[in-house]
Amino acid sequence: MIDALPLWLLVAIKSLVLLIIVITLFAYTMLAERKVLAYMQLRVGPNKVGPWGLLQPAADAVKMIFKEDLTPSTADPLIYRLAPFIAVFTALLAYAVIPFSQGEHGPWSIANVNAGILFVFAITSMGVYGISLAGWASGSKYPLLGSVRATAQMISYELAMTMSVIGVILQASTTSLSGIVEAQSRLWFIVPQCLGFLIYIITAVAETNRVPFDLVEAESELVAGFHTEYSGLRFGLFFIAEYINMITVSCLATLLFLGGWNGPGAAGHPLLGLLYFVIKVFAFLFFYIWLRGTLPRLRYDRLMAFGWKVLLPLATLNLLVTAIVVALWY
Amino acid sequence: MNIIAIFKGLATTFGYMFRRKATIDYPFVKRAHAPRFHGLHELRRYDDGMERCIGCELCQIACPANAITVVGGENTPEDRHSPGERYAFRYEIDELRCIFCGMCEEACPTDAITLTPRFEMSNYTRSSLIYDKSKLLVPAEYGVGEAPHERPGGIPADLGEVARTKSTMNPERGYLATWRGIDILTSKGKTYMPTPAGGELVREPERLKGGE
Ligand code: SF4
Ligand code: SF4
Repeated sequence: MIDALPLWLLVAIKSLVLLIIVITLFAYTMLAERKVLAYMQLRVGPNKVGPWGLLQPAADAVKMIFKEDLTPSTADPLIYRLAPFIAVFTALLAYAVIPFSQGEHGPWSIANVNAGILFVFAITSMGVYGISLAGWASGSKYPLLGSVRATAQMISYELAMTMSVIGVILQASTTSLSGIVEAQSRLWFIVPQCLGFLIYIITAVAETNRVPFDLVEAESELVAGFHTEYSGLRFGLFFIAEYINMITVSCLATLLFLGGWNGPGAAGHPLLGLLYFVIKVFAFLFFYIWLRGTLPRLRYDRLMAFGWKVLLPLATLNLLVTAIVVALWY
Repeated sequence: MNIIAIFKGLATTFGYMFRRKATIDYPFVKRAHAPRFHGLHELRRYDDGMERCIGCELCQIACPANAITVVGGENTPEDRHSPGERYAFRYEIDELRCIFCGMCEEACPTDAITLTPRFEMSNYTRSSLIYDKSKLLVPAEYGVGEAPHERPGGIPADLGEVARTKSTMNPERGYLATWRGIDILTSKGKTYMPTPAGGELVREPERLKGGE
């Protein structure tokens, strides 16, 4: 029956469902973050709205929507208003190609692109435009500093991240995300690519501007960094973008290094595969929050030095060794 | 970077997730405060119902925060408020300015102004936190007010439940948080706000004490 639907309708339905799932996931990632952080700090976190605070995201959404949407008089109005949408749009676009499980008729994704990984990286690196334009267009000092940092940080860490991923691509000899997962059916790439994995998770934290690499927001130095001037729903959009990016890099880490939906008994059972996938993604998300609850922010020069002098050479080394091994033994 | 230290830190935070939480679920569970906690003021009466305050303005002078305004008035045989010559015609305390230091209590020659341990006074407007005589003076039906050294455990009768429970208190027993202006009764996890109907008794201390 599904095959009878026109393609555009099928894609539209899939996109809508996925959009709702991702937004819900965002809302509850945020709640989980507040809860886990609270528990790590001997607090209990939100617990008043709904049982165990489970309706807190709804309350937050209502609050965000009804807050006043301010535009500073010095801001560039068009770009200022547009920037949050760029951030969310690029963050969401990555989900067009991310597969979640393997069914009979191919992977469960909106589009099964054969250069999926390239698409994801191309799109997510556009996300920095949202942030840097927001800071630039705010017409105020702290946002500008935040966005300058964002641009520098995201570009430097993007390099190391891509390098670490190329190792995976070489080993799987495909750029299709489902192909990469299939290549891991026997051995997850976290084993042969352990250095790459380490570099990937570090750079992923930096790419999503999260603690300990949240120099872009750095409350104690830059008020709120690039989104200092934003309020109401536009601020909420940046929030959505940040968390969705976090979920995206978790999905990617799962696909590239943790075998995606592979797991005991998953072959031929797409739902079980989906469960494995979701568990792995949640483990990553927890790790993110855990890091935030543990590590202090890096100093800016250290961040740059770490990116260029440690991560990039390591990633290059990893890539070289992988290339040699693949060339000689595969 | 010290990798070992990072893992130590991660282990610490992970361990803390399973520790006992320090949070007290405040509006529902209240922590007992110190017995002589300084909170909202009250203006006391003598046993015969006369106001203790003689409008001497000493508290106004003593107040480091300039929170008190006293305007004295003359007592006349027909209109007698206090035993002396004068009484407080106007008596206002701006509870937003007040730092709850208790200097007014110390300065008062007649032990009229005292600080009770009531602390839940939040409100929506600034003006509603300027407490005038109608909010400060103990209503005649409530007795004379209690001097700090007379309070059982330093806590006025309507906060007795807090005093009896050591560290936290179960609100199901019910108690009034603020009762000079608006009464807030916490009972069975819900908050009731009986409207003060023109000098009428809006609260029955006996019911609170007996209805547990
Ligand atoms: S407690 Fe201190 S600050 Fe408050 S009214 Fe009395 S003297 Fe003034
Ligand atoms: S409260 Fe005491 S110090 Fe203040 S005016 Fe009245 S009698 Fe004087």
